[in-house]
Amino acid sequence: MKKIFERPKSLRDVPTHYCAGCGHSLAHRLICEVIDELGIREDVIAVCPVGCAVIAYEYWDFDCSEAAHGRTPCVATGIKRIHPDKIVFSYQGDGDLAAIGTAEIIHTANRGENITVIFINNGVYGMTNGQMAPTTMIGQRTSTTPLGRDITRDGYPLKITELLAQLPGSRYVERVSVDTPANVIKAKAAIKKAFKNQIDKKGFSLVEVLSPCPTYWGLSPKDACMRISGEMTKEYPLGVIKDT
Amino acid sequence: MAKIMMCGNEVIGEAAVHAGCTFYAGYPITPQNELTQYMASRMTESGGTFIQAESELAAINSVFGAAAAGARAMTSSSSPGISLKQEGISYLAACQLPAVIVNMMRGGPGLGNIAPSQADYFQATRGGGHGDYRTIVLAPSAVEEAWHLTHLAFDLADEYRNPVLILGDGILGQMMEPIEVVRKHLHGKIANHDMRHKPWALTGCKGRKPNVIRSLYLGEGELEELNRLLQMKYDRVKSKEVRFESLYTEDSDLVVVAYGTTSRIVRSAISKARQERLHVGMLRPVTLWPFPEAELQKLAKRAKAFLVVEMSAGQMVDDVKLSVLGKKPIHFYGRAGGGIPTEEAILDIIRDILRAKSRNKVRV
Ligand SMILES: Cc1ncc(C[n+]2csc(CCOP(=O)(O)OP(=O)(O)O)c2C)c(N)n1
Ligand code: SF4
Repeated sequence: MKKIFERPKSLRDVPTHYCAGCGHSLAHRLICEVIDELGIREDVIAVCPVGCAVIAYEYWDFDCSEAAHGRTPCVATGIKRIHPDKIVFSYQGDGDLAAIGTAEIIHTANRGENITVIFINNGVYGMTNGQMAPTTMIGQRTSTTPLGRDITRDGYPLKITELLAQLPGSRYVERVSVDTPANVIKAKAAIKKAFKNQIDKKGFSLVEVLSPCPTYWGLSPKDACMRISGEMTKEYPLGVIKDT
Repeated sequence: MAKIMMCGNEVIGEAAVHAGCTFYAGYPITPQNELTQYMASRMTESGGTFIQAESELAAINSVFGAAAAGARAMTSSSSPGISLKQEGISYLAACQLPAVIVNMMRGGPGLGNIAPSQADYFQATRGGGHGDYRTIVLAPSAVEEAWHLTHLAFDLADEYRNPVLILGDGILGQMMEPIEVVRKHLHGKIANHDMRHKPWALTGCKGRKPNVIRSLYLGEGELEELNRLLQMKYDRVKSKEVRFESLYTEDSDLVVVAYGTTSRIVRSAISKARQERLHVGMLRPVTLWPFPEAELQKLAKRAKAFLVVEMSAGQMVDDVKLSVLGKKPIHFYGRAGGGIPTEEAILDIIRDILRAKSRNKVRV
């Protein structure tokens, strides 16, 4: 019988610590599929974030570094400058990239650093118990917005990807989602393009992935996916934001 | 061989290049700007990487990346900037990554001023960031010594896979002194530092199992084990890497303990005191951590008293006390907030102590 689906080689065969229906596991898998397809596993160096994906290196079967919370792009920069021919990517949540590490991601993008960034936007701080993130939706209840995010107190959802797209140093910026099979396929294509850009030395590429956090959205995995298509994509529309 | 005039900041930069440093990231702050600027031109002309980072956090964390990738990497700053770098230094220590961090101390706390100071001694020698860790701390007192200690810093960092601090101050950074060693190397290529002896480095996993650089240990007892290994390493450093200079200590009744710039002022005070036949000498720690405890213990057997002189409110006094263990009186004279101890003031205190006029007044 022909095998039509299998675990990517770059993804270790270990039990997952992610909650059921979490977008991180899907995103990990897509990255590994792309790395396998591009045949670059032995050239990849990943920078893992602080957040639910802090132990991404337990799943990824290639060289990985930890980074302090939000400093992920700086660590990636240091690695890339020493090994310009290796494929360096950072993987960051919205707390990591859009809050504590805002300065770092802006300046890394603005330098046009030839790296790939996978940005997981689940609108909350998963790891620390579901507090508000800069990307939390208006009215969304979190453990630090018990009555819902209130713009007069908490400000607006931060469209960091659109912001990054403004910078001349950023080359390719796309927002995707992993809520439906069709969107998963598009997400993979975007991730692949972001890696190819780096191989072709085109410069800074970032893929924002709208990603369910059923646990801290208080929804079933299925309803969490439906929330992305129903609610979240209104604030964060899918598609290519910049491709030059 | 002709001598060249260079300031301490530039000499550290040139020595770093000569030692094989291929990565420098920094953020401007007085009084260490000459070093950042020097690295900008030297890294560019020699094919290394120079990054003017958006902050000290970015600088130290990209040094983390470069060190993880196997390079010899350096950053520099001055006191307020070093406070920000503490996050990265703790991570470097935890991940056992080699890096060199230069602190040209200025007056604090807070924004303070840009005058020389030695008030970051606690921060440098106690770890500074969070967690149980140590950094090796080298304290040059002259421009030429800065050249040698910069080489040593990179070697020790690699040998022990640990961050090494070069602790100077605004005077050392800005002061120009003739230096002989540099000329033949000046504007030379970056030394070809071999990365192959760093099997742990991130280079892509071709032909080997993937490498992971991390400091997160969640398993039962795992982090305790890491801490145990780190402490064993620090013990090794303590037993092998203590460095100091002694001056007239064989016959001194009073031993002055001073490091860096302050030790130079102390040195001239001592030579005047010697002309007055006062039996005074100096112990100058070159490594502030590990501290020359054993040497002080030895000196405590014959010296009658110790005097610590610092540009701080008395931070190194703690280490001297811990070494002397109450066996002999310890006096202190210091200027904090950018003040510089004068030769006359030090000489007065030396006279007072040795002539036992005001022992209680200056005793700490
Ligand atoms: C300097 C620092 N501050 C705070 C934390 C605590 N912390 C850990 S993860 C996290 C938020 C992570 O959120 P996000 O990046 O959105 O990732 P997620 O867990 O949602 O995947 C925080 C605040 C930390 N580890 N370090
Ligand atoms: S808390 Fe949310 S982001 Fe974290 S693993 Fe669970 S579902 Fe995923």
